[in-house]
Amino acid sequence: MGAAAAETTTPRTPALDVRQGLDKLASYPFAILTWVDPSGYPVSVALPVAIDAPAGSAVFTAPAGLTVPAGVDVSLTGSHIRPQPGYGYDERRHVTVWGRATQTGDRVAFAAARAWGWDEAEVPFFEYSERSIGQSKKYFDALTVERGTPVKPKLSFGWLALRTTRLPFLTATIVPVVLGIAIAARQGSFDLVTAVLTVIGAAFVQLGLNVANDVFDSVQGADEANVTPTQFSGGSRVIQYGLVSFRQMAGLATTFYVLAAVIGLVLLGLRGSTALLVIGVVGFIVSIGYTAPPLKFVYRGLGEIAVAIGFGPLMLLGGYVVQTRGALTWEPFVLSLPVALLVALILYVNEIPDRRGDARVGKRTLPVRFSKAAVIGGYRGAAIAAYAILVAGVVAGQLPIPALLALLTIPLARQVSRGLEPNYDNPYGLMAVMGVNVKVHLYAGLLLLAGYAVVLILGAVAPSVSLFVGR
Amino acid sequence: MSVLPAPVEQLLDAALVGELTVVDAAGHPVTYPLIPLFDGERIYLTSSTLFSRKLEHIKGNPKVSLSITDPIAVGGRTDRATIQGDARVIEEDPHGGWERLLPIWEKKEPSIVYFLKARVALPLFFERSLIEITPRRALYWAAGNATTAPVVSDAGKVAA
Repeated sequence: MGAAAAETTTPRTPALDVRQGLDKLASYPFAILTWVDPSGYPVSVALPVAIDAPAGSAVFTAPAGLTVPAGVDVSLTGSHIRPQPGYGYDERRHVTVWGRATQTGDRVAFAAARAWGWDEAEVPFFEYSERSIGQSKKYFDALTVERGTPVKPKLSFGWLALRTTRLPFLTATIVPVVLGIAIAARQGSFDLVTAVLTVIGAAFVQLGLNVANDVFDSVQGADEANVTPTQFSGGSRVIQYGLVSFRQMAGLATTFYVLAAVIGLVLLGLRGSTALLVIGVVGFIVSIGYTAPPLKFVYRGLGEIAVAIGFGPLMLLGGYVVQTRGALTWEPFVLSLPVALLVALILYVNEIPDRRGDARVGKRTLPVRFSKAAVIGGYRGAAIAAYAILVAGVVAGQLPIPALLALLTIPLARQVSRGLEPNYDNPYGLMAVMGVNVKVHLYAGLLLLAGYAVVLILGAVAPSVSLFVGR
Repeated sequence: MSVLPAPVEQLLDAALVGELTVVDAAGHPVTYPLIPLFDGERIYLTSSTLFSRKLEHIKGNPKVSLSITDPIAVGGRTDRATIQGDARVIEEDPHGGWERLLPIWEKKEPSIVYFLKARVALPLFFERSLIEITPRRALYWAAGNATTAPVVSDAGKVAA
């Protein structure tokens, strides 16, 4: 039932009318005429065909020694690949047109009735695969009924865990939390046990968010509507693929949040402060409310802001106040702003390929709401703002001079900016751009950490030397 | 043991793609381009569960044919063949059962082993069933030209 519905609502290949099918068939150097012979086996023979697409017909010379049947459907198929020695092939396309054949002498007239085909230049293979997951579900459902025991697609535990939790994206948490801890350490507050607990607790919050995001996007149909997911966008899709059940995902998200809450309570017990309590509570609300009703920030066009706040100030200040027992200064807040902008830009760019599916389910992300030019302009503006705040923070003496090392990522940000225009409507071309964009945030974070390492080391060996402007 | 005429077996070995035709519930032929894998006795094709409608058709009607028609896909050879046979779907283990054919598949599509290592990226593509075709009859066009009648061989007799 579900599979049938999926196939109805998400066509696997664009519908072809007879004329389109014949037009496509005419582009192949020959056609493969096929029919079912009296013994019940199909017969195929390659031959040249003269096609009149506007008339919905074709003519060809009857194949020698074989009888083309009248009164039953026969088909004409065109098929093409381009071999790539040492690799395989590309340029896959095929089309089949069905119709009736009428033989007069050695001439056969073909009247087309329907057509079907696939061209990977029109529907990329990955999109074709995504459009076909309903068929896969139908297949496994049928096997399950046939065997009387559940039959599901599988992945090894390691790959499944990686895919389900989207573990590599944990850098979005680790970078700001460790930066917050580094700033506190520079200011003389550092406790290894609570530092490690903070990183682990924050990681559980993000893992909970990642999994809960899939749960609620599935409930609201966003992941089903997205037929062009990439490794950076469109969710983990483990529910859609049948790898993990909805119930298991809901349980996993709950588990991660409970673990995060337990660690949060331990940290409150060890280094409790009002600031930490507020950050923790707001963090949970932002994390769960990202996709969960009634808040659904991402559906209201507030996802980017929620991510910026969550993975910027909240994570960074959270890491900081655990160490300082609640004491706050401007330094971690100022540093959290460029980090927030760069992490929000990860989501922002990743939303570009998802925008059509998101729009279908009312997920009003910024790329859904704004034009291509505005979205690209928005990226440039936010990236410039991130670097400008960093420089201003250094000039104002709030951030250490080595923090400027993060400016080394500007060429990467420019690479992303330049890559958006030509790949905006090509999700798979955009994958490389999204990859670079993730690196902008990661490398900027690592360079900021390197800058703080310089400050810490210099503070230890030459305490009288200041790396802050005006101090 | 040879079950098909030598040139037909050579075509099967060379072909990067062939056209599998199955018969749907309404009796219409439905053609799918697939990589033919020949082990010297039977022809194998693999189908992802994503594109498994052909498997439903085969379960409903096992009579199929496989044609080798595209000179580009057979290294420039101009001869052509259609093999009719009985198919069965092997689906005991869609996750890994098909991997026994990987060595033959890799010869035709070397990149498949690299894709398989990254199966996490497209897990359903690598949930696959096997289609095993026992050849019954072969039609062979030495010149590849349909204006000449094909040479028809009974696969069973060749095998005997």
